[in-house]
Amino acid sequence: MKAAVITFPGSNCDRDLAVAFEAAGAEVVRVWHKETALPEGLDVIGVPGGFSYGDYLRCGAIASRSPIGQAVVDFAGRGGYVIGICNGFQVLTEMGLLPGALMRNAGLKFVCKPQALRVASTDCAFTAGYAAGAEVVYPIAHHDGNFTIDAEGLAALEAEDRVAFRYIGNPNGSMNDIAGVLSANRRVLGLMPHPERAADPAQGGTDGAALFRALAGVMAQV
Amino acid sequence: MKARVHVMLKDGVLDPQGEAVRHALGHLGFSGVEAVRQGKVIELDLAATDRAAAETEVRAMCEKLLANTVIEKYTIEIA
Repeated sequence: MKAAVITFPGSNCDRDLAVAFEAAGAEVVRVWHKETALPEGLDVIGVPGGFSYGDYLRCGAIASRSPIGQAVVDFAGRGGYVIGICNGFQVLTEMGLLPGALMRNAGLKFVCKPQALRVASTDCAFTAGYAAGAEVVYPIAHHDGNFTIDAEGLAALEAEDRVAFRYIGNPNGSMNDIAGVLSANRRVLGLMPHPERAADPAQGGTDGAALFRALAGVMAQV
Repeated sequence: MKARVHVMLKDGVLDPQGEAVRHALGHLGFSGVEAVRQGKVIELDLAATDRAAAETEVRAMCEKLLANTVIEKYTIEIA
């Protein structure tokens, strides 16, 4: 598996994400936001958490229009795999690769804690390593994770089994407890919780490692 | 030429910040506030001199960057 991890000014989970990919056996290429082309032979792109461009205008808005942004959109358009975590999820919604938007947490507070989640769909390369309905704990750390979408879009996500993760105990007001969603082709995943921060025993939990291993397993078969 | 863009959450989208402001106003004794919606104002200085062309350009800016039309609506004033 060859993975690219994008770094924007203000990204702060890019290295953690690269380490998690590497632990799953991936070759990782770090890509700076000012680049306009992605490396050759790429299997997956990781858009990391952080506060890209200081969260100016809207979280993820400036990053989604950055020079590398169009290359990410094109890669996804060709059927490439993309995972966006936390700020990366916000970036992917701003790019239009995922539906909905992440609004200010209903409680208005930055929430930072281990969060129990339900794996709501195992029908994608990212969650294929979990048992259906499995409960996992990933850390969350966000101020704007309140997933919002119009009624029609919400119905479509549910009908098409595109909710990948749900919160157990909703921390931010997200509709239908949604913590992570998939694109229509199931190859783009965005989620607020951080699997890359639960991928090594030293981090206090390893529930997230299975996500990267599953992805590597699917890539090995492609 | 100057343009002023008002970006607001669409009707029906819950505004947690506006709600917090409403509660705070209530605590200060302003009991008659039934709803608060919070938005943002963006001012632009434009080189354009043609009003219609400026408005077309600012509208494109709103669609591409200044507003997230999934949850936000916008109005444009040209002065």
